[in-house]
Amino acid sequence: MLEIKNLHASVDDKAILNGIDLTIGAGEVHAVMGPNGSGKSTLGGVLSGRPGYTITDGSVTFNGQDLLDMEPEERAVAGLFLGFQYPVEIPGVSNAYFMKAAVNAWRAARGEPEIDAMGFLSDIRKAMEAMELPTDMIHRGVNEGFSGGEKKRNEIVQMLLLKPALAILDETDSGLDIDALKLVSQGINALRSAERSFVLITHYQRLLDYVKPDHVHVLAGGRIVRSGDEELARELEARGYGWVTGEAA
Amino acid sequence: MATSTEELRDWIKTRKYEAGFVTDLESDTLPPGLDEEIIRFISAKKNEPEWLLEWRLNAYKVWQDRHEPQWAHLQIPDIDYKAISYYSAPKSMADMPKSLDEVDPKLLETYEKLGIPLEEQKRLAGVAMDYVFDSVSVHTTFREKLADAGVVFCSISEAVQTHPELVRKYLGTVVPARDNFFAGLNSAVFTDGSFVYIPKGVKCPMELSTYFRINEMNTGQFERTLIIADEGSEVSYLEGCTAPQRDENQLHAAVVELIALDNAKIKYSTVQNWYPGDEDGRGGIYNFVTKRGDCRGRNSHIAWTQVETGSAITWKYPSCVLRGDNSIGEFYSVAVTNNHQQADTGTKMIHLGRNTRSTIVSKGIAAGQSDQSYRGLVRVSPKAEGARNHTQCDSLLIGPKCGAHTFPYSEVRHPSAILEHEATTSRIGEDQLFYCRSRGMSEEDAVSMIVNGFCKDVFRELPMEFAVEAGKLLAVSLEGAVG
Ligand SMILES: Nc1ncnc2c1ncn2[C@@H]1O[C@H](COP(=O)(O)OP(=O)(O)OP(=O)(O)O)[C@@H](O)[C@H]1O
Ligand SMILES: [Mg+2]
Repeated sequence: MLEIKNLHASVDDKAILNGIDLTIGAGEVHAVMGPNGSGKSTLGGVLSGRPGYTITDGSVTFNGQDLLDMEPEERAVAGLFLGFQYPVEIPGVSNAYFMKAAVNAWRAARGEPEIDAMGFLSDIRKAMEAMELPTDMIHRGVNEGFSGGEKKRNEIVQMLLLKPALAILDETDSGLDIDALKLVSQGINALRSAERSFVLITHYQRLLDYVKPDHVHVLAGGRIVRSGDEELARELEARGYGWVTGEAA
Repeated sequence: MATSTEELRDWIKTRKYEAGFVTDLESDTLPPGLDEEIIRFISAKKNEPEWLLEWRLNAYKVWQDRHEPQWAHLQIPDIDYKAISYYSAPKSMADMPKSLDEVDPKLLETYEKLGIPLEEQKRLAGVAMDYVFDSVSVHTTFREKLADAGVVFCSISEAVQTHPELVRKYLGTVVPARDNFFAGLNSAVFTDGSFVYIPKGVKCPMELSTYFRINEMNTGQFERTLIIADEGSEVSYLEGCTAPQRDENQLHAAVVELIALDNAKIKYSTVQNWYPGDEDGRGGIYNFVTKRGDCRGRNSHIAWTQVETGSAITWKYPSCVLRGDNSIGEFYSVAVTNNHQQADTGTKMIHLGRNTRSTIVSKGIAAGQSDQSYRGLVRVSPKAEGARNHTQCDSLLIGPKCGAHTFPYSEVRHPSAILEHEATTSRIGEDQLFYCRSRGMSEEDAVSMIVNGFCKDVFRELPMEFAVEAGKLLAVSLEGAVG
C-alpha cells in the first residue's frame, strides 16, 4: 500500500526527517510514537502534501503511484486521509457543505455521480451520531467554536464518510476524554478491513489498548529508531523514551 | 511542491471580466462638455416641466462652487468634467419602444449575453426589471401586474411625466444637490434611473430590479433612483451593474434616495460588477455614488445589502437617516478588490428618533495590490434616546501586497446610547487551504468556499436567487488561471 524509502525532508534548510524507511501493507495498523518534535507530524504532512516542506531525498509510493509527485488533492482522492493534530476552523462554511464537497470530490475521482442530498444527510447523521456529536453541528461552521475534543471527533466523522484506503491519524486521541477515546477507537475499528491501513500517531498506550496495532515504531530525530509490536508500546509507557533514543544515539 | 500563496497570487492576478463586451449600436451622444446649455438640452430632450429644469440649473450652480471630496483613502486621478459626454441614448430609443418587438434586437442581444433575457416569460419568476442602458431606460417588465397592485415602477423620466406630484414632492429631499460634489453633479445632469412608489399598505408582489449598463465610450452615467414606500408598505429592490471593458475610465455618479414612511420597509440590494480595469490598473469605472435612505416614519425599516466586486475606484456609503421613532437601519456589505482596484466604502447611520436601531455588517476581501477601506459613521443625536448600534467589520486579505483599513467614527450625544463595534482582519490561511485540499478539493474551489463562508452573513440578506448569483460572482472575481 505505502512504501517510504530513505525519506529526507527539511523546512527552511532545517533537516527534520533524516531517512525514514517504512512499509505499510494493506490491512495493517501501524502506531508511530516518539518524543515531541521528533518529526511525527512532519511525516504526516509530507505524506499528505502540506506545502512548505522540501523533500531532499527518498521516495514514497502509494499503491504504485509516486506520491510525492501528486498535489494534495490528488493524494486525497487517491485514498489518503490525514486526521489533523490541529483541525482547522473555516468560519461560515457549514460542516455539511464542506464534507459534501469532499465526498463529491472523491466520487468524481472514481467517476461516480454526485451523492444525492438525502443520502448524504443520512450518512453524515449516522457518522455524527457514532461520534456522539450533536446533529446540529452539521450546520455549524467547520470546526468553528468546536472544543478540542469535538474537533478531533469531527475528523473521525470525515474519515467515516470518506472511507480512505490509508488513514494517517495525527494524535487524534490527544485531548479526548475517556468516553470519546472509546468512540474514536470504535470508529477506527469499524473501518478496519483487509484493504484499509492506518497510521496512528500517538503518545499514549491507551489508544492502542482499543485499537490493536500490528506494528509500533519509535521516531526520534527524524528517524525510526526502533520498531516492534504492541509490547514495545507498553514498554515505552513504563520506561519513557530515553532508553530507545539514547540507545540510538 | 509549490508554496500556495505564490500560486494563489498568480491566479488571482488574472481574473477575467466576463461582462466586458461592447454593443455596436448607433447612438445619439452629446459632444463632451458641461454648461447650462447642455442641461437645457437634456431637460428639453426629456420634455421636462419648468420646475425640474430650474431644479437642475440650481444644482449646477451649487455644484460649480464645490470640490471633490478629499477625505477618502483613495488616489483619484484628476477628472476633467468637461471631457465627459452627459447624454447618450441608443438611436433606436429616440421614440421609446411600446413593446418588446420594437426594442433594437442588438440591445436584446446585449442582455442575452449578460444572461438576462428581456422577455418576460424567461424572467426569473416574479422579478420585474427596469433596464438602464447608458442614459436611457429601455424597458420595464411586469408592468401590468404591478399596476394592479397600485405599484408604480418605471423610469424616472417617465415618472416625471406621469406622476409629477410625487417626483416633485420627494426628489432631492434625502440627498439634496448641496450634499456633496457628486450628488450636485448628478442633480444637474441626471439622465435616467428608476422610480418606485408603493402605495399605503401594499406589499409589493414581486422583487423589483434594475439593470444598469454603461456602453458608450466617454459617457458618464448619472442615474437617479427614487423609491417611496408609503405607510405600511413593503418592497425589495435589486440593482445590478456592468460595463464593457475599455482602456479609459468612465464615470458613474448615481444618486439613490429611499423614503420609508410609517411602518414601511425597503430592502435595497446591489450586485455591482462594473468593469474594474485590467491587471495594470488601466481603465475601469469610477463609481462615486450617493445612496441614502430616510426612515421618515415611525417603525420604518431600511436595509441596504451590497456586493461590490467591480469598479476601478469605489466611493460609496449607503446610509440611513433614522428619523422616525423605533426605526431600523441595516447595512450589509461585501466588497472585493483585486489588482489595482481601490474602494472606500461603508455607511452612515444617523440616529435622530427614539429607540432607533442600526446594524452594520461589512466584509472586505482584498487581493492583488488592491486597497480597501471601511468607513463608517454612527451618529446619535441629543434626542435619540435608547439608540443602539452593532457594527461588525471583517477584512480578509489574499496575498501580501493588498491593504485593508477600517475607519469607524462615532458621535454620541445621548447617554443612553449603546454602541458595539467588533473588527477583525485575517488572511486566507495556508492551513485553511491545505485543510480543504487534503480533503480532495481543488485550490480554486477551496478559495471560493472560504471566501463564500466569510461572506455568509451578508449573502443571507440577499434575495434567495441573487445570493446564489453573488456567490458565483465572487468565485469568478477570484477565479484565474490555475495551472
Ligand atoms: N514550519 C516549520 N518551521 C520550522 N520548524 C518546523 C516547522 N515545522 C516543523 N518544524 C520543526 O520540526 C520538528 C518536528 O516537528 P513535528 O511537528 O513534526 O513534531 P512532532 O513529532 O509531531 O511533535 P509533537 O509530538 O509535539 O506533535 C520540530 O522541532 C519543529 O519545531
Ligand atoms: Mg505532532
